[in-house]
This record gives sequence, C-alpha cells and structure tokens, in this order.
Amino acid sequence: MSTDRIEKKVQLNAPRERVWRAVSDSAQFGTWFGVAFDAPFVEGARLTGKIVPTTVDAEVAAMQKPHEGKPFEFVVERIEPMQRIVFRWHPFAIEPGVDYSHEPMTLIVFELEDVSGGTLLTITESGFDRIPLARRADAFAANDGGWQMQTTLIAKYLASTSSA
Amino acid sequence: MSRSAARLADAAPVFAALGDATRLQIVVRLSREGPQSIVRLTRETEVSRQAITKHLRALEDAGLVRSDRDGRERIWQLQPRRLAETRRCLELISDQWDTAIGRLRALVEDNAR
Repeated sequence: MSTDRIEKKVQLNAPRERVWRAVSDSAQFGTWFGVAFDAPFVEGARLTGKIVPTTVDAEVAAMQKPHEGKPFEFVVERIEPMQRIVFRWHPFAIEPGVDYSHEPMTLIVFELEDVSGGTLLTITESGFDRIPLARRADAFAANDGGWQMQTTLIAKYLASTSSA
Repeated sequence: MSRSAARLADAAPVFAALGDATRLQIVVRLSREGPQSIVRLTRETEVSRQAITKHLRALEDAGLVRSDRDGRERIWQLQPRRLAETRRCLELISDQWDTAIGRLRALVEDNAR
C-alpha cells in the first residue's frame, strides 16, 4: 500500500451532469465537503474556504470542531468540463497555530465516467510523501491511549505490504 | 520556531525514508523477522552490505529504526511509532474522504430522484 496516495472509486446513482455540478460548483462542493468557499471554481483560482464541521461522523466532527471557521487554502488547478477537475490543498491542516502555507500541497483529482445506472467517480489525492503528516496525527490524538490503535495500524500496513 | 512547527519539521524525513523500495523492504523484514544484523539483512538480497547500511542510516535518521551493539555486531530493529503515526494520519484522511463521499452521494442521489 502506498503512503503517497489515496484513491477512492465510487459509483453514484445519478447522471453525470449532476455529479459534475456537485464537484465543480464551489457552493455545492462546499456542502458535502464541509467547507464554505468565498468564490466560484475557476481554473487557476486560489480560494479560501472556511471549515464547517460535519455532523455525520462524530470522530471527524470532534477533530474539526476546534477548527471551525479556520481558513482552508485551495487552488483550482484544472477544469475539463464533465470529465475532470483538479485541485491542490494542504491536507489535514489542523494543528492550531501552524502556518502550512510553505508546505507542499497534495494534488486532488476528480474523474467522471459513465457506467450503467449512473456515474463512476474516481477521487485520488497524492503527494503525501512530501508532507510531514505524522505529527498532525499526533496533534489529533489528544489522548495517548491511541498507542494500541497505532500498533494495530502498523500490523495492518505491513500485512498489506508483504502480500504485495 | 514554535514547538509545533518544530515537531512538524521533525517528521518530514519519515516520508522521504519510506519512499524507496529497498528501505520499505528492510522495514517489512524487520517487522516480520524481528531485530537482526546487517549480515542477515543482506542475505537473500541483491543489495550490497554497503547499500543496506546506507539505507539503514537513512531509516535511522528518520527515526524509523534504531541499532544496538551486540558484541562486534550491530542489531537493527524497528522503532514503530513514527510509521504508525504516518499510517494513522493517512487512515484518518481516508476516513474523512469516505464520510465526505457519503454526503456527496446523499446530495446527488437525492437530487436525481
């Protein structure tokens, strides 16, 4: 398993046009992603959003809560209508008082394909290897009882690596 | 530099250290087979002892492995905390994506009806 990228493939029971609006319209994107943006998505634009905590997942919400209203820097790298939209941002930029602007950003690609009954959406976020993520996880783990979970994760990780 | 900025800067080499197939292989072997010497690590590989030593030093610099002297040999072992932190962070980001995708699905599928 790569430490550099995360890929998600999801089949959505909705027409491609509908999915395209949800990922390319900054207002719609904000509602599901949990960020309020100050401007529309235009190729080359650098936007600042504000984090809006989700109500769906308690753990994520707890993590986001202290960051409510925190600015979220966001670059619209490329727009290929109905096909692909590409962004850059600072992942997991949650540690209070840390300026992430000098760190490299990850690259986030949304790709749409027609499939029977709907749309296949592939999301990839890559470039993690250049970013010091470990300490951010540390910042998130307010209690240190996370050690057991960490050892479980390393076991999972190594199992997936050695079977490759 | 603030304390947290120092901690962030401190973690950067972990990613560089893991971004190499040979080093990743060393990490996997130390995990599966336990602490061992360079001689043993070099066995069954095409990589020279000198190269393995260099890779171990890189992993050590990143805080992923450490060595202890045992007589004339040096025994290398994993220091799993750093790797676990990195994994944990990626898992959290992955989970965030999953919940965000759940909200995206609700949005577009409700609308499509």
